[in-house]
Amino acid sequence: MEFVNFHLIPGLVLGSIYALGAIGVTLTFGILRFANFAHGETMTLGAYLTLTLVLLAGWHPLLFLPVAMALTALFVLGMDRVFFRPLRRAPTIILVISSFGLMLMVRSLVQVVWGVKLQSFSKGIALPWVFFDSLRVFPKHVVIAAAALALMLGVHVLLRHTRTGKAMRAMSDSPELARLTGIDTERVIRATWIVGAGLAAAAGIFLAYDTHVETLMGFKMLLPVFAAALLGGIGRPYGAMAGGLVIGVVEELSTYAWIGSEPLLPPGYKAGVAFAIMVAMLIWRPSGLFRGRVF
Amino acid sequence: MEQIYGIFLYTVFLLTMGGIYAVLTLGLNIQWGFTGLFNAGVAGFFAIGAYTSAMLTTAASHRHLGGLGLPAGAGMAAAMVASALIAWGVARICIRLRSDYLAIATLGLAEIFRLVLKNENWATNGARGISLIPKPFEHLPEPWNQVAMLLLVFAIVLVLYGLLERAQRAPWGRVMSAIRENEAAARAAGKDVERLRIEAFILGAAVMGLGGALMAHHIKFIDPNMAEPVSATFLVWVMLVIGGSANNRGAILGAVLVWTIWSTTEIITTRLPAEWALKAAYLRIFLVGLALQFILQRYPGGIFRERRLRTVAPPSSQKGGSHP
Amino acid sequence: MAAERPVLELDRVTGGYGGAEVIHDVSITLGRSEIVTLIGPNGAGKSSAMNAVLGTLFIGSGRVRLEGEDITGTPSEQVVRRGVCYVPQTANVFPNLTVNENLEMGAYIRTDDFRPRMEEMYELFPPLAKRRRDPAGALSGGQRQMVAIAKALMVDPVVLLLDEPTAGLSPRFRGEIFAVVRDINASGTPILMVEQNARQALGIADRGYVLVDGRNRVDGTGAGLLADPDVGAMFLGGGSTGPAPGPDFGGPPGGAPAAPAAPPAPVPAPGAGEKRR
Repeated sequence: MEFVNFHLIPGLVLGSIYALGAIGVTLTFGILRFANFAHGETMTLGAYLTLTLVLLAGWHPLLFLPVAMALTALFVLGMDRVFFRPLRRAPTIILVISSFGLMLMVRSLVQVVWGVKLQSFSKGIALPWVFFDSLRVFPKHVVIAAAALALMLGVHVLLRHTRTGKAMRAMSDSPELARLTGIDTERVIRATWIVGAGLAAAAGIFLAYDTHVETLMGFKMLLPVFAAALLGGIGRPYGAMAGGLVIGVVEELSTYAWIGSEPLLPPGYKAGVAFAIMVAMLIWRPSGLFRGRVF
Repeated sequence: MEQIYGIFLYTVFLLTMGGIYAVLTLGLNIQWGFTGLFNAGVAGFFAIGAYTSAMLTTAASHRHLGGLGLPAGAGMAAAMVASALIAWGVARICIRLRSDYLAIATLGLAEIFRLVLKNENWATNGARGISLIPKPFEHLPEPWNQVAMLLLVFAIVLVLYGLLERAQRAPWGRVMSAIRENEAAARAAGKDVERLRIEAFILGAAVMGLGGALMAHHIKFIDPNMAEPVSATFLVWVMLVIGGSANNRGAILGAVLVWTIWSTTEIITTRLPAEWALKAAYLRIFLVGLALQFILQRYPGGIFRERRLRTVAPPSSQKGGSHP
Repeated sequence: MAAERPVLELDRVTGGYGGAEVIHDVSITLGRSEIVTLIGPNGAGKSSAMNAVLGTLFIGSGRVRLEGEDITGTPSEQVVRRGVCYVPQTANVFPNLTVNENLEMGAYIRTDDFRPRMEEMYELFPPLAKRRRDPAGALSGGQRQMVAIAKALMVDPVVLLLDEPTAGLSPRFRGEIFAVVRDINASGTPILMVEQNARQALGIADRGYVLVDGRNRVDGTGAGLLADPDVGAMFLGGGSTGPAPGPDFGGPPGGAPAAPAAPPAPVPAPGAGEKRR
């Protein structure tokens, strides 16, 4: 039971958080064709905006989810307008450097505005529900998993059943053809940022709700989220969801005492698991674990 | 008088650090400027160099591996070799990746390496780092020891500059820029593109390792935080992009310029009241980032553009090119 | 045809990519009910002439007019919104979108209900009707070409531009595509078509232009050009890859034609250039 309570369930929860982040990375990669290093800080920003709202109004943090998602999306749209849009026709690498710079800019902005102290949405410890005497499930974990699932369903509906969503997929297939088809590519790009930033904010909020708010939380999630996107195959939102779950679960399971009583991997290296998976994927299967493609 | 002496010492320190960053930037220039390899793991090679040299040159200690008490020169040479060896391994498996994949992979590897430094207490003394690293010319009286260190760093920068300029003009450098401009054509001309890329990656990493070793000896102390992506990788990238990719003089001047701005603004921020000092320090990163964005948009070639040996490209086409 | 105002007109256009000029003083007109085909050896500037209309060729001098209005240098998005529909030679469908979705994207600029038009397309291309829910990438080459043309027709185009619609297709599909091109034209859409299969293309075209080395060489009616004994010989003179003299004097049938603007590639060619460093 220790395995389920302390490794499997937290792994699934963490995995669904990664999945939300990875969808944004994979969409940006597919449609704008660059790895957005500032994506992690978008998650951080979402969490801090919620923190402010919670401190101001005192309601449950998840009630502010839509507001925080919208505010984050707005911020990212502004970021695109000022920093990415002038580079639209520049070589990919310039965009990557720019996003690398933005990663640090947004982080330092958060540090200036909110400070670097560890904070949390609520004080006090919630007790888990106990099933069959030994299966312990924290209510917050159920809430997070359900909300993440709902958001992913929303993404599915958007991509499969709306004109904008289909245009996003079309542009991910071929930006040049999309332009020649008359698709409003700037509109699609805006939609991509809105969806990516909204989901990133949600991921940040869920992680903060599960643990705490800190300025490096986004960066710590960035590489696992990249790993998830790569695992699922770049430009494939469904792959990203699956990849997120895999990375989350593997990360948590890596510290389980599989052999003997010692953790398989010292907890200090937990953060390295995602990197290792990612580097291995990049080297041996850059098109993703599932059918994917390389640009 | 006292104050002037203080400013003098500070200037010497500042220029020494600027010179060390110039070494790192020159290393990155070999990878990115000459060859177009996006290494986002500068911090990793920097740290390899710093730790290698530190372990070999410190006095025996039970806190970390090594402690052989070798001279600093041997430490620096070993740092270059160690960085080159690791770079060889990394390059063998990563060199074929597309630019931003390479960036993610190298960033990931550098982070794993930082975790190792932080967690393997027996070898690296963990988060507490390694201290009492000997500094060359320490036995000289103040301020001559500082000046001598500065001259050493200057000499190294000059030698590197001379070698790299020659390399860039030599057939090797010409082939490199040919690969960067048009890989398919270079391949068609029978060049072993992969091999040349690996060479450039290793060479660049060795120079970064040297930079790391110099830093360890200059500050006399290293810890895993120095391998943070912000302080090492990002700053070096900003220096190169601002100075001008593929231009060695630009790389050096970019390093000195950015380092001067970076550390003089630090003086201002540390004089502020404590609560503001911390915020100002972050604001500083923000402003440096903003400067980078400005350069990227307005002067995509950096302040010092690449000097082309032969101009064959049409005037309107930019590096990398985009569809009209 | 001389009496009415042309739908599309290239008036002594000179232009190129980057710095290299690829077409010089090229003039082409397309009448309201015409099929006009551009033929010529590889690298003659046929696709570039088309790109001049689409705003993807840098135009140094000359004008491009659409229904009498100057559209020289207008970006492709806007040209497309004015009803110029273009079917590129390669990468002309969205492989991960279903056939239905591809057609829906073709109708992106329409504001009204596109479904009746979609049904018309399935009547025009019966083989697609059975595969409307399959991803376009899973279709055969000929069927993909049908999807590409149907997608372009979703908006009732003012002009349809086809860049080598039969490249790489088997003779059977080639005939089918040419038949469809004639049907589309018969229902009132003017068509400008670049073709390698010159004999068949001239067979269905009202008029043709022969381009060589980026310049107009000859033009005339389709039948007239077919009968012209010099036309075949010209290809031999100007061809860079030495096309075989035969009925399809434009090049080996099914062979990969190498127009400078659109090298055949598995990845969308124009994007690939900017991705690499």
